Amino acid sequence: MKIAITALEKSKTSKMDPRFGRGAYFAIYDSVTKQFSFHENVAKDAQGGAGPKAAEQIVNLGVNKLLSSDFGPKAKSALDSMGIEMLLYSDEEKTVEQILLENC
Amino acid sequence: MLKYKIAVASGKGGTGKTTVSVNLFYTLQKILNQKIQLVDCDVEEPNIHLFTKGILESTQDVIIKIPVIDKDKCVYCGDCAAACAYNAILFVKSISHIAVLEDLCHGCGACSYVCNQPDVIIEKNKKLGVVNSFVLPNGGELIEGKIEIGTALAVPVIGKTLKATDENSLRIIDAPPGTSCPVMETIKEADFIILVTEPTPFGLNDLKLMIGTIRKLGRKFGVVINRAGLGDGAIYEYLQNENIELLMEISFDKNLARIYSEGKIIVEEIPEMFEKYTLLFEKIKINLNEADSDC
Repeated sequence: MKIAITALEKSKTSKMDPRFGRGAYFAIYDSVTKQFSFHENVAKDAQGGAGPKAAEQIVNLGVNKLLSSDFGPKAKSALDSMGIEMLLYSDEEKTVEQILLENC
Repeated sequence: MLKYKIAVASGKGGTGKTTVSVNLFYTLQKILNQKIQLVDCDVEEPNIHLFTKGILESTQDVIIKIPVIDKDKCVYCGDCAAACAYNAILFVKSISHIAVLEDLCHGCGACSYVCNQPDVIIEKNKKLGVVNSFVLPNGGELIEGKIEIGTALAVPVIGKTLKATDENSLRIIDAPPGTSCPVMETIKEADFIILVTEPTPFGLNDLKLMIGTIRKLGRKFGVVINRAGLGDGAIYEYLQNENIELLMEISFDKNLARIYSEGKIIVEEIPEMFEKYTLLFEKIKINLNEADSDC
């Protein structure tokens, strides 16, 4: 299973980015291979529709479960329609590595 | 016959655009013997009709065409999603998922244009708003744009509102607040722009944004300070340094607020205000005549 969260930086020690559609990076943990990967959010600077665009990228990256402190209405319905599990989660202190390992 | 297009804009909301538009209109309706139209382009919350008390004469719909995708015939090539500048088509090839996000669609038609498959994309009408025309008791006309609740696309509604006006009349156009696309659509073809502001830090900040935009458009403009006496002198200093004409000041006066809140017309209640607005128009005319002599 692949679990993802938006991250402020491209590293395991990064804190989570509270935004989804306009978050800087996606941090992904694969529970089968035990590997972390980091991907720049292609939608972060979109003029409009950043949420659904980011949702496309999440699906293309093979993610099954997604954590964020907030999902916009358009992002939420896009993720819903593509069967992605969403979890509301907020923690400004922990690293994305800790968060992903605790929630996978 | 004067055919000026005078837009009233502000940057900051709540500075008195509608007050200035309505009172200038009532003043001109008295001093000019010609057709004058008042145009409400604040389509998200048009409120001029509350003051003018006109009779609705006609209504036309503002429509755009949005795509409907036949998922059985679609080959999931993704060309339409790639062509969409507004991210309005959700597309993931690996799971054969395609959906139109109607709220994001601007109705440009690019998806239909690039689709190579027959009958996959058909277009349906989406109503964005209406344009209402009112005949007013004083003989003038009000043209009002009004967006549908829940719709975010103001620009096509404003465009259609302006198109519904009479080119052979003098038009006073009330713009929405802000400096974004709806305001640009409203003022881009105006002959003159009245910027209504207030002498507060917020008023000055947004005025500067607005003037930066207008200078790029290369339009003639001047400033009206409403609620003069409030705030500080920074705005006067700014106007002087930038060599911008102060067209009129409206004092921060409880009596004016009372007349406004009762839905009455200030220039009809207070003769000195009628004089002020007459002078305002004279100043605008001088600005516009200067433009003519340049040609």
